[in-house]
Amino acid sequence: MTSETTNSKQSGRALPSMSVLGPILALVLLVVIGALLNPNFLGAANITNVLARSAFIGIIAVGMTFVITAGGLDLSVGSMAAFIAGLMILVMNAALPSMGVGVPIILLGMLVAIVAGILAGLLNGFLITTVGIEAFIVTLGSMGIYRSLVTWLADGGTLSLDFGLRTFYRPVYFDGILGISWPIIVFALVVIIGEIVMSRARFGRHCAATGSNEHVAHYSNVNVNRTRLITYALLGLLVGVATIMYVPRLGSASSSTGVLWELEAIAAVIIGGTVLKGGFGRVWGTVIGVLILSLIDNILNLTDLVSPYLNGAIQGVIIILAVILQREAKAKG
Amino acid sequence: MSYMKNILAGATAIALGASAAYAQDTKVIGVSIPAATHGWAGGMNYHAQETVERLEEVYPQLDFVLATASDAGKQVNDIEDMVATRNISALVVLPFESDPLTPPVQAVADSGAWVTVVDRGLSVEGIEDLYVAGDNEGFGRVSGEYMASKMPDGGKIVVLRGIPTTIDNMRVEGFEGAIEGSGIEIIGMEHGNWNRDDSFNVMQDFLSKYDQIDAVWASDDDMAVGVLAAIDAAGRDDVQFVLGGAGMKEMVKRVMDGDSMIPADVTYPPSMIATAIEMTAVGLTSNAPVAGTFTIGSVLITPENAEQFYYPDSPF
Repeated sequence: MTSETTNSKQSGRALPSMSVLGPILALVLLVVIGALLNPNFLGAANITNVLARSAFIGIIAVGMTFVITAGGLDLSVGSMAAFIAGLMILVMNAALPSMGVGVPIILLGMLVAIVAGILAGLLNGFLITTVGIEAFIVTLGSMGIYRSLVTWLADGGTLSLDFGLRTFYRPVYFDGILGISWPIIVFALVVIIGEIVMSRARFGRHCAATGSNEHVAHYSNVNVNRTRLITYALLGLLVGVATIMYVPRLGSASSSTGVLWELEAIAAVIIGGTVLKGGFGRVWGTVIGVLILSLIDNILNLTDLVSPYLNGAIQGVIIILAVILQREAKAKG
Repeated sequence: MSYMKNILAGATAIALGASAAYAQDTKVIGVSIPAATHGWAGGMNYHAQETVERLEEVYPQLDFVLATASDAGKQVNDIEDMVATRNISALVVLPFESDPLTPPVQAVADSGAWVTVVDRGLSVEGIEDLYVAGDNEGFGRVSGEYMASKMPDGGKIVVLRGIPTTIDNMRVEGFEGAIEGSGIEIIGMEHGNWNRDDSFNVMQDFLSKYDQIDAVWASDDDMAVGVLAAIDAAGRDDVQFVLGGAGMKEMVKRVMDGDSMIPADVTYPPSMIATAIEMTAVGLTSNAPVAGTFTIGSVLITPENAEQFYYPDSPF
């Protein structure tokens, strides 16, 4: 039955399966719709805007791809990003009188973000692997903790980077090389490294093995706990990197920073074809997922076709459609 | 009445260093407000705490219980706890949402306690003794009137709206009414959700979509921050000014300094909670009548009067 359908569908062409094509088709379709609806859509400015603002979720989603592939989940990344942003701002403001405005203080801020990210990721990973608590519960807990901590640090208001420091740091979001802004460059680098690690390196295979069947992986000499722990630490590191790009944009962090980033990252990972239960992951697919989500928002803002009250509904429909498209194809192919 | 109350009152009196004579008459005022989940609420929390601390000094015969709730359900629990365990004589409440809070506040009123409602009204009229109201429609109207006066020849503007709620609708209606016939045309309107990041994205897209935008009604100071960053990054000089709202200290400062992009601001003061607590305390301790409705008007902040709206210590 199955092979028949496949044969009749695929006879005479050597195209990749729909699970590969599905997300790409959805993305192409969105780009075509966008271009038809608004002539500015394909302008360099708009493309830069969309890619740069996708970078935060995108960088985080690459890390999330590894966590989900290894059979885990992390709900805390949005709050973690807000907390790290707040911490970074506090440290940089505190160091300002002694260090002054300059490259060293920016590097200090970046170091704080990276170290805090790795530590936060390790803490999640430790509680999940060594203590053996469900990932959903651990990260739900840490999500609440980081969100409260940033509210507390900000005294319920907004933490703002010193004005002079912000002006100095601002180019990290807005400038770049050859007209390509830094967040896009960093995002691209993270994706390329992530894709290589996922599909070519031993660590990627260990993640897939762990997520697919823990016991089999264990007997195949994969250190399951260590693999999982590293995925969470890696995700924490990438949250730190995303925060380094985020802080120079508006120079502030508050309790409303990074709200629902975790769900956007998870949605992007799943749209991209990674299996939510683990065992199979695709970093390039995640990138497509992130771009699909950003483009929907962008297109809805650029046109007046739909009432803004319905933006969420449109997004929901497209997410579900993108996944159905793959599921159908997988069942057949 | 009970030993409990006397013990409580006594403990408070000692804690406050007040004389024991007052212990007999100590009255408890419960204050229930939403938690500091965004800038405005943070400011409101700050003013509530500050007022409670100050009034405990001023009135040794009063004791305050302050509870912050992250959702309507928690706020209902808070109020029930205050009645059950603290025997409150008065309740000052800024309802999270009108409908779910109406029955529990009604129950407090029925028990004989004084009820002060702040900002958002309850669904049933006549429950509260004192209503300290924010004027959302007036907020929109003052903003619209300012826009109209600032752009006598009309022009094209974009509008950023808050989280879709009744509050937001009332503001936008007030605004649209005020600019009617002024020649100002709203060419785009999207929700920025009172959030800096969301409004940054929305404004970037507005700038891609429209080649000429004369001004922006950001309708909130947090959103104005995002809007300004987007305009700045795009390097566009067609936008003459951005009008925010609420009275965030950074924005008031910019008005005070004569920043041409932020020529004015419209208040929706989070300190209205202070007005409510203060008036309730006056009502409980003196013969001065405070029942009724007290509307806090939305005022236009200009460089001339900005100083009196600038609170450098507030987090908002």
